[in-house]
Amino acid sequence: MSQTVVPPPGSTQPADPPRRQKVSEGKRAERKLAWLLCAPAALVMVAVTGYPIAYSIWLSLQRYDLRFPDQREFIGFDNYITVLSNGYWWNAFWVTSLITVISVVIELVLGMALALIMHRTLVARGLVRTVALIPYGIVTVVAAFSWRYAWTQDTGYLAELVAPESALLTERAPALAIIILAEVWKTVPFMALLLMAGLALVPEDLLKAASMDGASAWQRFTKVMLPVMKPAILVALLFRTLDAFRIFDNIFVLTAGAQETSSVSMITYSNLIRGLNLGIGSTMSVLIFVAVALIAFIFVKVFGTAAPGSDDRGRR
Amino acid sequence: MKHPPGRRRLPAVLCAAVLATSAACGSDGGPLTINVYYSTEQNFDQVVARCTDEADGRYVIALNTLPRTADAQREQMVRRLAAGDTDMDVLGLDVTWVAEFAEAGWIQEWTGADRADVEAGTLEGPLQTAMWEGKLYSAPKNTNVQLLWYRSDLTPEPPRSWSEMLQMAERLRDQGKPHTVLMTGAQYEGLVVQFNTLVEGAGGRILSEDSTRAVFDEGAVEALEALRNLAVSPVSSPSLSNAQEDDIRLAFQDGGAAFQINWPYVYAAMTEANPELIETLRWAPYPALDPANTGTATLGGFNLAVSAYSEHKAEAFEAAKCLRSAESQKFSAINSGVPPTIESVYAEPEMEEAYPMRETILAELKKAAIRPLTPAYQNVSTLISTILSPPRDINPPETADRLRREVQNALDSKGVLP
Repeated sequence: MSQTVVPPPGSTQPADPPRRQKVSEGKRAERKLAWLLCAPAALVMVAVTGYPIAYSIWLSLQRYDLRFPDQREFIGFDNYITVLSNGYWWNAFWVTSLITVISVVIELVLGMALALIMHRTLVARGLVRTVALIPYGIVTVVAAFSWRYAWTQDTGYLAELVAPESALLTERAPALAIIILAEVWKTVPFMALLLMAGLALVPEDLLKAASMDGASAWQRFTKVMLPVMKPAILVALLFRTLDAFRIFDNIFVLTAGAQETSSVSMITYSNLIRGLNLGIGSTMSVLIFVAVALIAFIFVKVFGTAAPGSDDRGRR
Repeated sequence: MKHPPGRRRLPAVLCAAVLATSAACGSDGGPLTINVYYSTEQNFDQVVARCTDEADGRYVIALNTLPRTADAQREQMVRRLAAGDTDMDVLGLDVTWVAEFAEAGWIQEWTGADRADVEAGTLEGPLQTAMWEGKLYSAPKNTNVQLLWYRSDLTPEPPRSWSEMLQMAERLRDQGKPHTVLMTGAQYEGLVVQFNTLVEGAGGRILSEDSTRAVFDEGAVEALEALRNLAVSPVSSPSLSNAQEDDIRLAFQDGGAAFQINWPYVYAAMTEANPELIETLRWAPYPALDPANTGTATLGGFNLAVSAYSEHKAEAFEAAKCLRSAESQKFSAINSGVPPTIESVYAEPEMEEAYPMRETILAELKKAAIRPLTPAYQNVSTLISTILSPPRDINPPETADRLRREVQNALDSKGVLP
């Protein structure tokens, strides 16, 4: 990161010095300056991210319920045992995983289709792209409410259309399907946007050469575009998986976690904010943190996802 | 509606500083503001305005309306109290929250003359909901109790017990008449209210006397059986496991049902919505599993508490007392339909028209069932409504075991909430 430091303008640089020594000396000073300049920002970052993380880990090791302030005590890993041996937690965990996997897969397919459309559009390109992005621009809670009303028995138009006789949001499987639908509708444009950036990296020449060699459209897509786009796809998947795993607002509005549709974030909320149990609630947030870190680790180390910008293959 | 905290606190601080040297504080910084946080209640602003007048310029009462749902109300107050917010003075608490707020040290105890004022003439049941560990922590503002509503054209005499009600409904069904029994069975507090009433009506207990142990005795098992039997019975509504108060009110209003168990507000609502049906609408005490306990029903309602972080506690107590005074309660009962907690108000002549069912309400209030008084009530209630949902899947002895186990964990603040 730090080897790209540009010499500050106006710094005196002798014309042709004995290269090796001179550069390293100047670099050292510059690096020191760089650290000093970074320090305030880094300190602020540590204060606003490091401190809360450390604090919630500390809380998770305590029995600490706001309603029983006198019973506060250090109990080591008891909270972790309680949570990890609890049926409600694992139910929420599997529900979250299910929502994550299904919604991300659907989003990838639809997002890719939308990206191709937006990429290839010849007329009214700006209009098409803007329209496609509308769902992403709507506040999630607002969108979730319109889904909820649409699926409410007797009054909702979708409920009327699909199953006028039953209250879908109060049954587990249909409720989960509706949550996934709302999530997919909302984030396909985001996926498409990330994938479109990847599409822009595919050199036209390669595609033309492939078609000269007799490759069909499908072959061009799978053999040329996908391999070139792989880094962009992985980044898009990583972002969406992390996001989807922390799903909260859609569930909060649509079912409020009833009929065992809680996600891990939802169950953390009900223990922490509703139940005022800081110990158990913090334990859950630490576990979510660990899960998210694991997902990121797997993507980066196993699939070789690279952070956008640090990936040389992507540069032209 | 909510004022940014800084804007109000600054004059108050200035005021305190100036107070030492000058007496003109009231006109300089504006009069003292007492912030009341209360749920939506029609015309409550008029009560607030009258109490501001009674304060005669010493303070102004500002009404801050909390969100509509109980959970959202509690969350807002809890979050702010946990952070030591000094901008809240008087809090409107659901009767089930008093123990929690008191144990956490968020609300001020009522002592001396204030306590005596509140206790004088207040019904025993509502007063119990305002206490925690023998101390008074709030003042009952209004109470509430469910009744059995029936139609005199279908059943001239009301059922005297739970089983009699089901028999009557089945007979109506055989005759091809409206026969449905409506009650709140959705996964929410309303289901817990029904369960609590049924348990008490069977002479059972949910928690031990001191609220430290989950009991769920024989009576509770009987109540579970009754709930399950109703849920699978043909006289129950198909949408039982999804029904809240207003759903069953509407269903009854449409004329398709024979019985509904609901709060008194249905009377006023139906007067407007279905004037024909109101002619035959009758009410009776809640039919219990044990006929001897018929008329035992769970108490609802709101209590007023003074925040422990309030900077004007004396004025806050005074304001709270005015807001729940006999005069205020009478006004609210007539104009907003909330039953009073002071017994003498029921005898007022104006109550006759607004509350034709006042005798029944008063009788139920005198043998009221109180929901478990425990600081962990929220958790206990969440678990009960989760475990009882949907009622058709209840398996009485097994469900009771599960309730006992999980509620005990909640009482020890060890369990995980769903």
